[in-house]
Formats: sequence, C-alpha cells, structure tokens
Amino acid sequence: MESRTLLKESQIMKIHYITGIAAIFVVALHIMMRLVVPFELSLEYDYIIANYKNIVYVLILESILVLISVHGFNGIRIILLELRQSRAWENMVTVVTISAMIGLIAYGTRTIILANGL
Amino acid sequence: MKEIEQPSRNNLEGIGGWLNPSRYGWERISYWFQRLTGVFLLIYFIGHVYETSTIVNGQNAWESFLELTQTVWGHLFLIMVIGASTFHSANGIRLVFTHAGIGLGTPGRPDYPYSPASLNYRQKSGIWIALILAAVAMYYGFNVLFGV
Amino acid sequence: MNEKRKKLKVYRENRSQKTGSHYDTFEVPYKKWTTVLDALLYVKSYMDPSVAIRYSCRMASCGSCGMKINGIPKLACYTKISELETSTIECEPLSNFPIIRDLVTDFSLFFTHHKNMEPYVQTKDNLDTDTNKGTFSFYQSPEDVDKYLQFSYCIKCGLCYSACPTVGTDMKFPGPQALAQQYRYFADTRDESKNRLDIVDDRHGIWRCHFAGSCSKVCPKGVDPALGIQLLRSYMLGISKNDKVPAKRIEISNNTDTEDGAIDSNS
Repeated sequence: MESRTLLKESQIMKIHYITGIAAIFVVALHIMMRLVVPFELSLEYDYIIANYKNIVYVLILESILVLISVHGFNGIRIILLELRQSRAWENMVTVVTISAMIGLIAYGTRTIILANGL
Repeated sequence: MKEIEQPSRNNLEGIGGWLNPSRYGWERISYWFQRLTGVFLLIYFIGHVYETSTIVNGQNAWESFLELTQTVWGHLFLIMVIGASTFHSANGIRLVFTHAGIGLGTPGRPDYPYSPASLNYRQKSGIWIALILAAVAMYYGFNVLFGV
Repeated sequence: MNEKRKKLKVYRENRSQKTGSHYDTFEVPYKKWTTVLDALLYVKSYMDPSVAIRYSCRMASCGSCGMKINGIPKLACYTKISELETSTIECEPLSNFPIIRDLVTDFSLFFTHHKNMEPYVQTKDNLDTDTNKGTFSFYQSPEDVDKYLQFSYCIKCGLCYSACPTVGTDMKFPGPQALAQQYRYFADTRDESKNRLDIVDDRHGIWRCHFAGSCSKVCPKGVDPALGIQLLRSYMLGISKNDKVPAKRIEISNNTDTEDGAIDSNS
C-alpha cells in the first residue's frame, strides 16, 4: 500500500529544521549588511551591483536562496499534504513543490550570475 | 441495519477549524501564526526574488521598480514582513527545541487538576518572547523605513 | 421555588434519515453539582426522549460521553453546568468524527488508527506471560513505570482527536491518542518491538504533529499526549538515545515453598 519514497519523512524533516536554523543566520547577515549603510544608499543601483561583485555577498545570497526555497516549499508541501490525501493529489504536491523549488533557485541564481557579470 | 451515509469529509473540521485558534490557548495561536507567517513569507520571498531580478535589466528598469516599492504601502508591507519573519524565526527555534523533547518536562503521575506538563511556562513565555521580538523588530523597521 | 435554570442547545441530526440538522433548546434546572450529562439525561427523561447520547460510567472513567460543549471538546459527565459561564450551553457532537445521530459519533477510524500502532507489549521471542503455564513475569521498578504510566491512563474518549488541527484536515493522520500510545509502548521496558518508530515515520505520521498542544489542553485524564509525541519525536531525531534496558524476567518457580511467593501451578 505504501509507495517507496526517495527520502524518508524523518530525513525530510531534519532537512527542514536544519535549513530553517541556517536560514536565520544568513538572512540576519543579509539584513545587517543593508543596515550598516544609510538606507537610501543601500538601494542605489551602483551600490547593489558593487555588492554582486563581492564573492562573499554572492555566496550569502545564494545560500539564502537555496535554504529558504527548500524550507519554504517543503512547508507548503506539508500544508498541502494535510489538506487532501488522495494518491493523485500527493504525487502532484511532490512534483509541484520540487519543481517550484528548483525553478526559484534557478531563477535567483540567474539573477546573481548576470548581476555579477554586469 | 440501515447503511449510515458518510459525507465525503466525515464531519472533519477542515480549514474552518484553523480559523478559530483562540479556543485552545496560546500554543494553538502560535501554531496558527507560524503557518500564516510561513505562507506569507514564502509569497513575499517569491516576489522579492522577482523584484531583485529586475536589476539585470539595467538602471532604468531597477529604478522604475523601486518607484513601486518605495512607497508608504510598500514600506508598511515590508514592516509586516519584518514582523512575520521575526516571529516565524523565534517561534521556529522554540519549536525545534520542543520537537526534540527539550523544555517539556518529564512524564510522571498526573493528579487533579491534570495540568499538562508540556504546556508549561517555558512554552508560553517562548511564544510571548517571539511576539514581543516581532513587535520590537517592527518598531525598529518603522523607524528605519520612515526615517523617524 | 428559587430554582436556577439554564438553556441547553442540543444539536439534532439523523444522518441515516438525511433530513438535515437543527438545534433544539431545552430549559433545565440545575444545582451546583449538576453536570451536562445530568442535564441531558433530564432532557431525555422529561422533555424529549429521542435525544441520542452515549454515556456509561458517569465519572470520567469510560470516555463515552465526549462532546463539544460551548465549542470545546469535553466529557459531559465531567463538566459542571454551574462552572460554565454562558446562560445557554451548546452541546454538539465531537468534530472530526462522523456523526451517526445527534451527539453520537462513529469511532471506527479512531480505533483503526489506534490498532495500526500495534498497541500491545511485544517481546523478541513472543513470550507467553500467562502465569498459569509457569513461565515468566517482568520486573519493573517504579521509575520504569513512571516513564509510561501517565500515557496508560488514556480512556480513548476522543477529545484530543477532536481538538487536533491536523486531524481536522488529514484523515490519514493517526491522531494524538494513537501517537501517544505508540510512545507508551515504546517507553515500556517490557516491550521489545524494533519497528515502533518506523510505523510512525510516514508523511502522514508523527511528522504532521506541530505541537499545537490542543490535545493536551482538552485531555480529561492528564495523559498529555503532546508530551508523548514530542518525546517520541526526540528519539526519531536522534536527540534522545534509544538505550532502553529490557525488563528483567523473573522465572515463576513450580516449587511449593518458594521465597519470592511465586505462584505454584501444581497445587
């Protein structure tokens, strides 16, 4: 009756907890980097492009992207799984959330790579 | 005996049951807030990733998008995001501890009035701290964004 | 006569007749000690005998009379009318259970979830502990018993199942009662089953509990199912080490003069 899944639910939940905690640190860094300069300056085009050239900043952004996408879409997967329990629905939820995760990470990485090249 | 007809969802409370969290105390309210802020933050995050991607289209594109977001409503929305993320993070840390069985007390021999050991002052104060931190962060954000 | 009276608003529906639902209001007298169950039985005796309710022990021991009283799952025999603040008391069947009639609900899915947890002591060698056959008994210290005792007080009343937000939308979720019982057997030193954690390691299993705590809030026996579930989860996350020492077995001797007072099966 139970179909074999790629990851056990306990493994998925460990990932959920770890990405959540790690995300707090990197997001806090991201916010602090905006707060150490005057607010108006932090939104200027040239300042932001200069930030994208900084490899440390790029790594922070990429890790935020990956951690929050995984944590957030897994959260949505959990909420959707609780709403309905047919086999078709559960398969759809798995496919949609994983695709959305990959899609958002890809799109954000594209921004980072392109902005880095500007 | 007559067949008992079962409606499709069997008197389940459904999503309607989610909408009234105050019946059962603070832990239920914090569960409700955690879900709400989580979904809200995910929507914000998707929008933010899109918003920041406009920078690759050049300075004009970036600045015209800024005109949309650097408004009073944009700032108020951002303050909501600040509050939501602070609560979600602080409460999330509390939940990681409780899910690991820490801070809940130990099983014993219950006696009247049967106050549950797991719904103790540590949990309630954790929830309150998360709410207060969120309020403080929102206040600080308000000061920064509105340049007070 | 200065009799105090309150209104009892009772949910009426007969699912098999498919006539829809409505509320009937009855005015009942009460004293300081009158419970909601007393009031409902008064209604049945003197006003409308067709009100369907389940009850048995009248002392919060059997778990039959669970219902929603003013929107919160409670045992009717354990809730005093004088302690409810509203002048109209609303009695509805427990939510998350299919309604059969009026205040009576169907517990089959609830019991199925419980059975899926294998709620019995299992030993490695399927030991028969029937003392008449002169086999073994287990030794448990008071400390060993305290590890699971409060979870064994569960009377299967279903109030926790009704209060749980996950059960409200997820029919595959076992519910707080079943998960707490899984912990009860997991923590019991007599149990040597190796797959208790695997039974609940499922996408609709223990991981769909989010510690809303409503189960423990409504439990009338102090079982605190939320505590049991989080403790079980700590083993699954590897935070608590599974170093349970199996209970020592004491052989019951067939000798007539034994020092330990064991049962003599030959007399």
